[in-house]
This record gives sequence, structure tokens and C-alpha cells, in this order.
Amino acid sequence: MQTFFAMGGYAAYVWSSYALAALIVAWNVGSAVQSHRQARERALRQVAMAAATASSRAP
Amino acid sequence: MGTWTWFHKLASPPHFYRIAGKMIPWYAIPAVVLIVCGVYGGIVLAPADYQQGDAFRIVYVHAPAAWLSLLCYTVMATAAAVGLVWRIKLAHALAAATAPIGASFALLCLATGSIWGRPMWGTWWTWDARLTSQLILLFLYLGYQALRSAYDDITKADRASAVLAVVGVVNVPIIHFSVTWWNSLHQGATVIRAGGPAMPPSMLIPLILCFFGFTFLYAALACVRVQAEVLRRERNAHWLQDAMGARGAKE
Repeated sequence: MQTFFAMGGYAAYVWSSYALAALIVAWNVGSAVQSHRQARERALRQVAMAAATASSRAP
Repeated sequence: MGTWTWFHKLASPPHFYRIAGKMIPWYAIPAVVLIVCGVYGGIVLAPADYQQGDAFRIVYVHAPAAWLSLLCYTVMATAAAVGLVWRIKLAHALAAATAPIGASFALLCLATGSIWGRPMWGTWWTWDARLTSQLILLFLYLGYQALRSAYDDITKADRASAVLAVVGVVNVPIIHFSVTWWNSLHQGATVIRAGGPAMPPSMLIPLILCFFGFTFLYAALACVRVQAEVLRRERNAHWLQDAMGARGAKE
């Protein structure tokens, strides 16, 4: 197990690369979900506003 | 249903929004399975390289990141061109959705390449053709995003940034062939090359799994981001309500 983590003396290089990869993947997932949520909230407000304008115009 | 009817239906934002939403698990689940298997095969099962020892295992994140950065740029430029020529909003939405994903993987490629270069070449960075053209790719992505954010009007942002994306596509073949055209510290093509892959199956199979895993990951991420881009572009309250099931907003 220890030899596995030592990566033949390249542990710092190998594991930092994998850590960066995990970080970039996590950022991608988080950022995509957040951007969808923001767009959705904005769109919902827009729908609510359109509905409000429509009902105020009604006789 | 004729091809054109199908195409028009697909290009209609509400329809596309729903399809993209339904497709997410079909891309995300294979992405997770493939990447987990590929990384396990790469760092546990594959033997150490006879020249590079265990340092070569960086390839399982470095090469798929490089592949994704090029795939994303190609998708982005193609979608941008389609958007410019046929004025399809959805194509611009796909281009805008792809840019941040591609940028992040171009950065990952450069960072892991730099970490790999230190023990193998004795330097973090060198101004050689492969490294420089990949750095230009990152700058193209950043320029594309900066240009988009400079416009308040999304239609203007789409058109201006699309021109940049299309012009920048010349860099993609330059990156790919840079190791052949110029003397480079960077190793030549290992997987896709004349005479077959220069790797034994025990090293190659995990790498191929990672390539496919990253590609599926892109598809899943693009679906989520393209949904957001479609929502940003849509002014039609009826379908927004439809697409999001926002019945509460009516009252």
C-alpha cells in the first residue's frame, strides 16, 4: 500500500495532477448546476412578471 | 417524420430544453463509471512505464483533458459558425455553454502537463510549439468569454464571440500536428498514429476508458449549461412556464 502511494518517487507529481483533475471536474459540475439554477430563477421571475402584467390588463 | 421536420423540432428551444434535461443521466452515469474504471486501471492495474516509471500515470488525466479542450473548441467553433450562418439561437447557446468547459480542461491540460514536465524534462515550462499552441487555445477560450461579457445584449454577444471562435479554429489542427511539424520536447502521438497505438493494452485500455469518460462528462455538463443558456435567451413566458413546470408562477 505504501509503495502504491509513493508512486515510485513521483508521488507529489502524480497525486497533485489527480487532485487538480478532481478539482476541475468538481468546479465544472458545481458551476454548471449553479448557472442552471440562476437562469431558472431569473426565468421564473420573468414568468411571474408577465403573469402580473397580464392580470393587471384584464378587465 | 422528415429530416427537416425533425431538425426544426430539435432546434426549437422548448423541445431541446426537455431533451437536454432527459439526456443528463444517460451521459452522467456512463461518465462516472468510465472515469472510475479508467483511473483505477491507470493508477492501480497498469504497469509502470519502463522509461518514466510511475510518473507516466499523469497521462490518464492529462491526455483526456487535452482531448476535451480540443473537442470543446471544435464543437464551439462549429456551433458558432452554424449560429452565424443560419442565425439559430440554439447553436449560439451550445457554443456559449461549451466555452467554460473547454477553458477549464485546457487549463487542466496545461497544469498537469507542467507537473509532468518537471520530473521528465527538468522544467515546468518551455516555449515549444505544442505547449505554446495549447496556451493560445486557453487564451482563445478566455478571449471568447471576455468578449461575450462585454455585451449586455445577448444577440450581439453571440455574433461577436462567434466570429472569434470561428477564426480561432485554425489553432486546433496546429496543436494536433505541432509535435510532427516542429521539433518538440513533447512526445509524439501515442494512441492515434500510423502503425497503431504505441502502448500495451494494459496501459491503453484505461486510457481509452478515460477518453470516453471525459467525453460523456462533457456531454452531461453541456446539457446542463445549454439548458441555462436556452433559459437566458428565451423571452416567451408560456414555454418557460411549460418547460419548468412553473404553475405556481401563474397565480
